[in-house]
Amino acid sequence: MALLDRHLGLVGALRDAGVPVALSEDLDALAAVRLVDWDRRETLRETYAATLLKRAGHRPVLDALFDLWFPPRVGAGAEPAPTADDGDAVEDLRQRVAGAITGDAVEPGGTGGTEGGGSGGSGEGGGAGGLDALAVEAVGRLGRLSGRAPGLSTWSAYTTLRRLGDLPEGPGPDAARRAAAFRRAVESEALRRVAEQKGPERLAASAVRAPVDRIAFTAAGTADLAAIRREIAPLARRLAARLARDHTARGRRGTLDVRRTVRASMATGGVPMSPVLRPRRERRTDLVVLCDVSGSVAHFARFTLLLVVALREQFRGVRAFAFVDDVVEVTDRLRPGGDVGEVLADLLEAGRGADRSGRTDYGRALRRFADEHADALGPRSTLLVLGDARSNYADPGLPALRRLVAGARRAWWLNPEPVRHWDTGDSVAARYAEVVAMAECRDLDQLARFVRDHL
Amino acid sequence: MTWFASPEDAAARLAEAGYLPDDATATSAYLAGALGKPLLVEGPAGVGKTELAKAVARAHGAELVRLQCYEGLDEARALYEWNYRKQLLRIQAGADAESWTEAHDSIFSEEFLLTRPLLTAIRRTEPTVLLVDEIDKTDVEVEGLLLEVLSDFAVTVPELGTITAVRRPYVVLTSNASRDLSEAVRRRCLFLHLEHPTPEREREIVASHVPDAEEALVRRVVEVVGRLRGLELRKAPSIAETVDWVRTLVALGAGELTDETADRTLGVVLKHASDLDRAARELARA
Repeated sequence: MALLDRHLGLVGALRDAGVPVALSEDLDALAAVRLVDWDRRETLRETYAATLLKRAGHRPVLDALFDLWFPPRVGAGAEPAPTADDGDAVEDLRQRVAGAITGDAVEPGGTGGTEGGGSGGSGEGGGAGGLDALAVEAVGRLGRLSGRAPGLSTWSAYTTLRRLGDLPEGPGPDAARRAAAFRRAVESEALRRVAEQKGPERLAASAVRAPVDRIAFTAAGTADLAAIRREIAPLARRLAARLARDHTARGRRGTLDVRRTVRASMATGGVPMSPVLRPRRERRTDLVVLCDVSGSVAHFARFTLLLVVALREQFRGVRAFAFVDDVVEVTDRLRPGGDVGEVLADLLEAGRGADRSGRTDYGRALRRFADEHADALGPRSTLLVLGDARSNYADPGLPALRRLVAGARRAWWLNPEPVRHWDTGDSVAARYAEVVAMAECRDLDQLARFVRDHL
Repeated sequence: MTWFASPEDAAARLAEAGYLPDDATATSAYLAGALGKPLLVEGPAGVGKTELAKAVARAHGAELVRLQCYEGLDEARALYEWNYRKQLLRIQAGADAESWTEAHDSIFSEEFLLTRPLLTAIRRTEPTVLLVDEIDKTDVEVEGLLLEVLSDFAVTVPELGTITAVRRPYVVLTSNASRDLSEAVRRRCLFLHLEHPTPEREREIVASHVPDAEEALVRRVVEVVGRLRGLELRKAPSIAETVDWVRTLVALGAGELTDETADRTLGVVLKHASDLDRAARELARA
């Protein structure tokens, strides 16, 4: 594969993965690549990062794809071919890996036949080169999965790590970090070998993890949830800046801005020809959030609540209610400035009060809300219902919802399920959608877009 | 002129200027000079974004022209402005017989032009580093203005004509990402995302700023700061705050970071009451 093809392949894969790369950036990257030395792989990686990327969130995508298109070595590298795979050899390898992780190993001197060896690039210092080399050896020895036919064998990081057994995690944070680095090195080495066999194009789609703002709320794992949580505060900050600007109605008559008027009058010899008026702030809305906190929808509801609370300065007031089959108010749990983890735990606790039978019952919850908390809604409020509209085949309570919608200025229903799943099984999304505008809100990206456009 | 000969050269010269760059920073700094493109540096507060621009200027003995952005920054503050008061005086002091053309020509001359940072940077003939700080704080209109300046390095003053850069300044834009910059600005820039440094690098940075701190103390402080950054605080400690903390401890004569000294001096790194609470609890647990 010629170098230009590799470059174009990388750019194409980036675009496929949702990273916008304009033609001008493509050309910049080529110009830049000609300026740097090719003998240091990390420099090349950073060159691509500087020219092709424009957002920090896209960096993991580039890293994954770069490893596929510009692998650190080919074949088995400079490592000796895997010899006998007996217990002793594996035990010896395990000893060396453990030594490298705990840090009391002899520094592996000239063994690093790999090109990136020694300088590591990831800023890990001296040990990284050694860990990389060990990872290569480990995959070479332990990671092979025999295929259905000769030549169809493949490589697995999972098998490698399983056959290597438990790795030490201590002592100290440095060792834990080195252990994690070793696991990453094993994963990328296995992926590299597979990519070499199948060609990078085949792997590009699966090797790239979705960026944080595209992880579906309902399918997020523990690590994903933590990542989403970390993303809430910066997102809220960006949205707040945006909302503050949009809420400032331009050109509307306000009070006279004396300083600016005098300043502008300088151009006309001190005669104030055009008075400058202060922009008037648009009247802000009350937000009433009614959220389903049962099961997998709960994550979505809680993240949305967190975001709304982080944005509370952009609204006149925020009230939040949680329901499963009963309704409780959780507004006081959403302390401003509180610790995110504690607020989430608090919400979970508060949500229990809304759960009598353990089965979501939208009809009952809506009726109870309409009966007891209808006063929360007024002509200035916007009602937000968060939920998947799956009511366990119970009465959906449409009249109650209709009453609520009529009592609010605007009303929205955010559904964390993709549109194609609406109305499947016990979902009654379409019937609710007749009463209230329903929007798909699967991930942070869609949530942010909704807040920006409609609140 | 060439700013840096290679990424390694950039790393060495920045280090000489008191800034320890990682691979990404050195490569981007080199490319920004070699390609003549502005460098957009994004990242949390206090990771050395502004300092990078200053270090580039120091490394070359170039002058740093700084445009600090804020909400409401306008053309008159960023680009140029006519000195109206002086023009008025000139008109009043002018001879009675002076014709319109004469007066016009003379009040719209260099003498009455107040250059603001962008125009200053473009007109300088010596090596210049232009730092556009916190560009995310400005309004969208200023971004449009910057686009014109940054793509052609030329400014049009209607009364004087177009002023083109004799020597392209080295441009660094910094952003805290409090607002999304437009795609057009991003496309014209090289992009560098700075994160909090690795413990090893942070130890080096602290050691270079506070040479008389003991190694064990630095190691311990950097480790604690790393832990603090892992918590979900309102404001994570910056590199400058780590350095300040070590300085404080050295000034207090504390040879090591005990629970008590940590408690008393935590205010150096954390500036919010809720953060202090959270950190104190976390440190007590460990």
